[in-house]
Amino acid sequence: MTGEVPLRVGLFPTCLVDLFRPVVGFAAAQLLTRAGCEVSLPEGLTCCGQPSYNSGDRRSAQRLARQVISACEGFDYIVIPSGSCGGMLRHHYPELLADDALWAPRARQLAERSYELLSFLVDVLKLEGVDTAFPGTATYHDSCSGLRELGVKTQPRKLLASVEGLALTEMPGAETCCGFGGTFCVKYPAISNRMVSDKCTEAQATGAKLLLAGDLGCLMNIAGKLSRLGSPIEVRHVAEVLAGRLEVPALCGRADP
Amino acid sequence: MKPQSHAFKSESAKALEDPALQHALSQIQGLLVNGRRAAVDALPEFQALREAGRAIKDHTLDHLDLYLEHFASQVEARGGQVHFAATAEEACAAVLAICRDAGAERVIKSKSMVTEEIGLNAALEAASIRPVETDLGEYIIQLRDEPPSHIIAPAVHLGRRQVEEAFRANHTSLPVSRKIDEPAELLAEARHVLRSQFVSADVGITGANFLVAETGSAVVVTNEGNADLTMTLPRVHIVLTGIEKVVPTLEDALVLLRLLVRSATGQSATGYTTIASGKREARDLDGPDAFHVVLVDNGRSKLLGSRNREMLRCIRCGACMNHCPVYGAVGGHAYGWVYPGPMGAVLTPNFVGLHEAKDLPNASTFCGRCESVCPVMIPLPKLMRNLREEQFDARDVARSQRWALGLWATVAAHPTLYRFASRLGARVLARLGGRRGKLARLPLARGWTGHRDLPAPTGSTFTDLWKGGAR
Ligand code: SF4
Repeated sequence: MTGEVPLRVGLFPTCLVDLFRPVVGFAAAQLLTRAGCEVSLPEGLTCCGQPSYNSGDRRSAQRLARQVISACEGFDYIVIPSGSCGGMLRHHYPELLADDALWAPRARQLAERSYELLSFLVDVLKLEGVDTAFPGTATYHDSCSGLRELGVKTQPRKLLASVEGLALTEMPGAETCCGFGGTFCVKYPAISNRMVSDKCTEAQATGAKLLLAGDLGCLMNIAGKLSRLGSPIEVRHVAEVLAGRLEVPALCGRADP
Repeated sequence: MKPQSHAFKSESAKALEDPALQHALSQIQGLLVNGRRAAVDALPEFQALREAGRAIKDHTLDHLDLYLEHFASQVEARGGQVHFAATAEEACAAVLAICRDAGAERVIKSKSMVTEEIGLNAALEAASIRPVETDLGEYIIQLRDEPPSHIIAPAVHLGRRQVEEAFRANHTSLPVSRKIDEPAELLAEARHVLRSQFVSADVGITGANFLVAETGSAVVVTNEGNADLTMTLPRVHIVLTGIEKVVPTLEDALVLLRLLVRSATGQSATGYTTIASGKREARDLDGPDAFHVVLVDNGRSKLLGSRNREMLRCIRCGACMNHCPVYGAVGGHAYGWVYPGPMGAVLTPNFVGLHEAKDLPNASTFCGRCESVCPVMIPLPKLMRNLREEQFDARDVARSQRWALGLWATVAAHPTLYRFASRLGARVLARLGGRRGKLARLPLARGWTGHRDLPAPTGSTFTDLWKGGAR
């Protein structure tokens, strides 16, 4: 994109990445920068409000939505390394604020400019591949919101195919929910446990040494279960591999002494 | 049927530990999910058909009174009778009155979830009329005296062995020496017993998949042909169904039928598709002497006037439950009433009360698979979320949960406080995780750590690192 004015991208790291795994934010920023974007962190971002929204606390969700909308104005695009938070901004904010004459248009405007990371890289920036290597086999879990609300399916696979040395072995149930579901996993732990156990069984059957996905919530759930099962499969956000940011141990992984 | 939905948590825990049930549930995937996939892939216009189906349903619901009136007038023009029932009790009373007037002692039924919904069998038995279910699955669960666990495959939770047991316990004429452990043998046995019921019954009760306003007909599909016998052999045929089943024309019914069958079983057409348009006429070879339609409201008009009216588009195909990972884990009985799975999570609270069924709309990860397969494009997660909002507004949410959510939302609404709290959280959790990089136990987080480890944060928040110049 030399010669053009770079796109001004606001990176919404998400609350989970902010707290648990900053490297995902850095990996995302790096992918965006390499693709020619000017990346900055909007001031005053916290959480997109999804926990409140999905728990029926509409008013708190609206309040947080307004906060995010204000924080994200002034950027060409807002990019989020998460399908579920991405779905929140793209689909649910306009619905949440539909009856608010002042905020409805702003919510719609933000929705149009907000993208999940992989979808932005491939669908908007038309990125064909990345310049990095990872030796070994990986399997990819399609997180529900990214897949069904945003149509993220081929984009991560397209970019992963360009990673030198990486082979993808698919799980037959790659599109089946891992059982995270936000507060679901703590409200219905036994059912959630069944779902994530099934996911782990499939992951182990692929023989892959690495499991990737685009949502930290799902990844923490799957990594937590694999770790409890004593499985050696490593779990990372797909952006870490695509950006070659492997300096931090995988989720639940032991730090080298 | 008395709702047991309040026991969702304990029932689902039992279900998860029931190996026979788990085996039966694991079969659904292969049978119904793959079947649907193949049928949909074979029909390029499936998405267009879904949109057409949704439009037909929406249009009809917008003018429901009009189409119901027209339907009723068409039925009456052919000598049939229509009974509107506002409640379950009224519907049962209407059926009982018809049976009494006909001097009926024996009633046969083909599968109808609305009759389960209104508790018709119990009402008939209380009046000393023994109803016999003729759909194989319904017949089996009637023998076992249990509710259906799936709307199109009511006995899907059972294995062969359990069916054999039910037959041996109830069929007194079945010789102990006869082998009935193969599906074909079980079927032959059921057929043999049901034959005599068919020919001796006075009244036949069927449901309807669709009611056609223009002709006053009921469209009924089965794979066993039992509905056809139920409606032609007895003297009286009663169609009992919900008011939302009406569609304007036969063509509309056919659009929905194409969607229904593919979504339900993956077939392109069921074994039997019957259009019943009234009692026997002079030129007919057979058929009933009397034709009644009982139209049940029982909370449907309330639903029509609510935020969740889209639920009335439901054509009862069962695809949402077949594809639901929660249904797949716990089966239908855990939901505690007639309608399980995602559609039940929306319908049951409407029929039995949100408090009684309070777990149902919450027991979903909102993975969205139900909505993606629903043939009439009902946004099931959105409707469940609406119910969660109702619960929250009615303060019918556990205090601890309300408190935690409120705290989270308050902190998240104050960025400075939030940064402080997350900085602290990242540091403390990282320290607790130590070099292991994970936490196996954490106070107040047993829901998580009871089954899985918690990945430990890496130490500082992204915001702090970014602001400090890290890249
Ligand atoms: S909600 Fe949709 S998928 Fe579920 S039974 Fe009704 S029509 Fe079928």
